[in-house]
Amino acid sequence: MHVELTINGEKRSAEVEPRLLLVHLIRDVLRLTGTHIGCDTSHCGACTVLLEGVPVKSCTMFAVQARGKKLMTVEGLEQDGKLHPLQESFMAKHGLQCGYCTPGMLMTSYAFLGKHPSPTDDDIRHAISGNLCRCTGYVNIVKSVEHAAATLRDGGAR
Amino acid sequence: MIPAAFEYHSPASLDDATALLAKLGEDAKILSGGQSLIPMMKLRLATPPHVVDISGIAGLAYIREADGVLAIGALTRESELEESELVRTRYPLLHDTCQVIADPIVRNLATVGGNLAHGDPANDHPATMLALGAEVVARGRSGTRRIPIAGFFTGPFSTALGPGEILVEVRVPVPAERSGGAYRKLERKVGDFATAAVAAQLTLRADGACESAGIGLTNVGLTPIKAEKAEAALRGKRLDDKTIAEAARLAAAAAEPAEDLRGSVEYKRDLVRVLATRALRKALERAEGRR
Repeated sequence: MHVELTINGEKRSAEVEPRLLLVHLIRDVLRLTGTHIGCDTSHCGACTVLLEGVPVKSCTMFAVQARGKKLMTVEGLEQDGKLHPLQESFMAKHGLQCGYCTPGMLMTSYAFLGKHPSPTDDDIRHAISGNLCRCTGYVNIVKSVEHAAATLRDGGAR
Repeated sequence: MIPAAFEYHSPASLDDATALLAKLGEDAKILSGGQSLIPMMKLRLATPPHVVDISGIAGLAYIREADGVLAIGALTRESELEESELVRTRYPLLHDTCQVIADPIVRNLATVGGNLAHGDPANDHPATMLALGAEVVARGRSGTRRIPIAGFFTGPFSTALGPGEILVEVRVPVPAERSGGAYRKLERKVGDFATAAVAAQLTLRADGACESAGIGLTNVGLTPIKAEKAEAALRGKRLDDKTIAEAARLAAAAAEPAEDLRGSVEYKRDLVRVLATRALRKALERAEGRR
């Protein structure tokens, strides 16, 4: 089937089998490999991307369901060679250890901060409860999101 | 994991969808939010030759109160229910429930209709709808019919829906004054199915005694369970600790759990007692306006 969608602002299209999962379209067909496959069972959230601005698990959606939709992956965070304040914050606050869960954490946090610019520690923990970090580096992930929220409130880019 | 091959259909209207389902019969599976079906297809527990994706049908996502009924469109996402001011302020049992279904990202796609139509006794809405005395609206080729929730769950992953029928709406009676409800769930971690969970809904008389009670149990039987003896034990009584303890004991007796990696039969049955006590206490607090 023919799939046309907008990903990170760019129109892309592909011929796919209906059973192709969205994450496989993103990684294998469109070659955007920033989005990770973790558990492949809808639990871990490493494959989280934004569908019309809303975080979804791309391993639990068929590519054909994204026809005509706007998607954003971790590659869409950086603009004009400049990292997003969230990405800078994950670096500054050591929000990653092995880094495998990071793309999902970033996408979930990006959508979350768009809706909740001044979250509490607890709000952040709830927001990322669908994203697992098997290094268990949650303390620094929460600190990173808090740091990003502060930066964005102080007028950091976007 | 790659699902088995299938033919994909995305009807634009309910009429198209019901016509398609009538034609395809048992070969078709309805895709709504996909958060249960797609994992099952990936594990090849489900291998439908045809998938009918109803998520593109307009006008099936809404939450509105009218004529004494809260009507929830089948395609309403769990996250929409969670963010609804109406649900948060007037339907605490429903609000409790949608906050503990799977995880926040899954809830962005998962639908209320799908949670019920899937017929999984481990899902959370079934017990809640049993406690609330809801009805579901089914639409097929030959028209629309209403099914009381108490007769909806016919077996594990089986419902009263015919092969050509689509669940299109859930109808919850608007609670009377002095009503309150609560959902209490034990899960090993966010996103896991309940080890057990209990939904409780109470309405009090003006003198404070119990007018009516609804109690539903999650994941402790082959179907969601309506704990009718426990409900009856509350009616007409003042809800002191002793009465609640007796109802909780009867709720536990109604449970038919199976031993699995989440616990033994004895453990789960006692867990129902504990969760029923907590859900009833919280429901009472809310019915009395103490939140």
